[in-house]
Amino acid sequence: MNENIRTPVAAEVALKPRTSRAANLFWFAVPLLALILASVWLVSSDWLKAFDTGAPPVEKMTFERTVLDNDGIHLQVRAGGSAELSIAQVLVDDAYWSFRQEPGGALAPLSSAWLHIPYPWVLAEKHEVKVLTRTGVVFKREIEVAVPTPQAEFGNLGPQALLGTFVGIVPVIIGMLFYPALRGVGRNGLNFVLALTIGLLGFLFVDSLKEAIEFGLKSADSFQGIPMVVLVAAAAFLLLFAVGRRHGTPTGLALATYIALGIGLHNFGEGLAIGAAFTAGVAGLGVFLVLGFTLHNVTEGIGIVAPLVDERPPLPTFIGLALLAGAPAIVGIWLGSLSYAPHWAALALAIGAGAILQVIVEVGGYLKRRAGPGEAWFTPSTLAGLSLGIAIMYVTAIFVKV
Amino acid sequence: MRDWIRKSLSRRNLLSAGALAAAGAGLATVTRTQPVAAQPGHAGYGAHAAAAPAPDPKSHAHGNMISGGDVDNAKNGFDPSKMLTDWDTGTVSQLPDGRRLRTYEVTGEDKEIEIIPGVFFPAWTYNGRVPGPTLRATEGERLRIVFRNNGSHPHTMHFHGIHSARMDGIPGAGMANPGEEFVYEFDAFPFGCHLYHCHALPLKRHIHKGMYGAFIIDPDPARHPEQAAVASSRLLGTPENKEWQELVMVMNAFDTDFDNENEVYAVNTVGHHYTKHPIPIVRGKPIRVYVVNVTEFDPINSFHLHGNFFDYYDHGTTLTPTLKTVDTVMQCQGQRGILEFTYKDHETGLYMFHAHQSEFAELGWMGMFDVAEATS
Repeated sequence: MNENIRTPVAAEVALKPRTSRAANLFWFAVPLLALILASVWLVSSDWLKAFDTGAPPVEKMTFERTVLDNDGIHLQVRAGGSAELSIAQVLVDDAYWSFRQEPGGALAPLSSAWLHIPYPWVLAEKHEVKVLTRTGVVFKREIEVAVPTPQAEFGNLGPQALLGTFVGIVPVIIGMLFYPALRGVGRNGLNFVLALTIGLLGFLFVDSLKEAIEFGLKSADSFQGIPMVVLVAAAAFLLLFAVGRRHGTPTGLALATYIALGIGLHNFGEGLAIGAAFTAGVAGLGVFLVLGFTLHNVTEGIGIVAPLVDERPPLPTFIGLALLAGAPAIVGIWLGSLSYAPHWAALALAIGAGAILQVIVEVGGYLKRRAGPGEAWFTPSTLAGLSLGIAIMYVTAIFVKV
Repeated sequence: MRDWIRKSLSRRNLLSAGALAAAGAGLATVTRTQPVAAQPGHAGYGAHAAAAPAPDPKSHAHGNMISGGDVDNAKNGFDPSKMLTDWDTGTVSQLPDGRRLRTYEVTGEDKEIEIIPGVFFPAWTYNGRVPGPTLRATEGERLRIVFRNNGSHPHTMHFHGIHSARMDGIPGAGMANPGEEFVYEFDAFPFGCHLYHCHALPLKRHIHKGMYGAFIIDPDPARHPEQAAVASSRLLGTPENKEWQELVMVMNAFDTDFDNENEVYAVNTVGHHYTKHPIPIVRGKPIRVYVVNVTEFDPINSFHLHGNFFDYYDHGTTLTPTLKTVDTVMQCQGQRGILEFTYKDHETGLYMFHAHQSEFAELGWMGMFDVAEATS
């Protein structure tokens, strides 16, 4: 009844706008004009100088990229803070050193420049670069172990692709080989495996978010690391959630694809970390480390194929899913081995965290729907699967901390 | 499989099983393994350096290990090259008892100074310069120093010399608050190479902010008849003294980010100044350098001369050397002395001098003597 009364009123309002289009535009312009006027007055009257304490402006600087080659040390720096920053001198290991700034001049907030320092760095030793600003503030960059930064060369791509395949694709395929076995585990068994998948995804979510926040904190202050990471993760989650539910809740192959995507984004981040760690010389790569990664990522393969048990997809589908989940590791290692700015890594990992959260929700929903009406879905076997998933990931992660 | 991993990570050791066990749960541990193929692969530097364009001949000895640019002396209001021989002899008058009275005017003021190209330091100064004026007097004179404090903090002038407690220039005895004046008066004893500095508290900050200077008392030849010739050569303005090239060098340092560690070391304030502007020296004339150490935060500083040796007079209070034929001398903060040497038997050329704490040298405390024939 109520609806019948309200509908005509609402229609009337919609049909008869109280103001004309021109007048409406005018009322949009008024607040904008007020904002411009306020800004002009603020700039021209300069009454803010009453707050001038005489202290020098706060200078902030972030080191984003470090490249070591036969010409010396090259650093990309980004200014933060509220005022310009003038780089006056550069010291390497407590000695003044000549340098070339590109582009030159004072750095406006958020702008970046390269510092080229012709310093004869010593292989496998530690160096410390200090940048001295006009006001005498010192910014330090420690190069923990000096090794030449790999250039983007095709020669490096081969071994890196092989490494990426081994830590990304191979374990996923191995995990997928459990598929025939999963088809025979029965309904409770599959519930267990799905719960295990949620557990492993839960671990990956926390891990991605942690890494993203770490990179976010290393990036320039103006990028606001933690808010940026959280908002990007939330946005990625919502976007994927909306896309995934266009045609109802995803199940079967669609769900498996989303899981593979989320895991792929995480493996991309993992690849970045591996590539960066080795090129920065801060980790040694050994057989045990690679095997650790393999072990760690096998569980991911099981998680991807779990929703496919009731279907019978063709072989190329499995291959496609394995590539989607594993191949990003190759790209990650390749990009990570080149020096990159931390905010890009933070963004990639934040998107990965959002994607993983989406699949956690969807796999959880799927698990819940599988329970019959009036049947409990959170059974001891579900709890056991969840716990085992987290435990496996946690324990195997010990072997892959680079 | 081992092979490709090894190949992909050339020059790095594989993480061995043994290291793995030792690292325990912390496999994350940063492992600093030694390079497999040692340095030869990385020796591209020599080639690069050779290919680089020839640098300014004046800085050939330093290559790239130097601060870029130059300091704006005009804006600073002082030029370290001129400071070397800039003696403040005050104004001389006669006291009723016939003794000579020497009066100096010194003003304390806050000033931002450029201490190495592009780096500005909020200094506290005497007469707008760091180090403050080199006050020079003769043994036995009555000295009067009129100190006016135009700075933002209370300051003093504490002289290393002989004076009464009232004239000590410490809080409670000779401190001038901002806008105030204090007149120090005492006799010029003993002769030597001395210093003065602000003794307001906190002492460290008042000194390292720039409130110090050299204070030289020349010996009066009449009081040292047995060594009158030596004393005359030390007395500013005598014909014997004119045979010498006298320089004053105050070893100082600046902590630009106030973390109790210096970023810039120098003599006479500007890091690398005498590297970029070598000190002209006439080959045949002997050299006398008044060296004063006021470096804050580091226990000692030192002076090392290249290709030559010198005689050293600790505190300058003797007319015979306290150390003969040395090429390096160290001084704690407040210590000072006189160096005497000559290049008369040397080839002309650039002769380096610097602190023999390599760290200080690399942070700005180094310079050059440009020894040349006299141009007449």
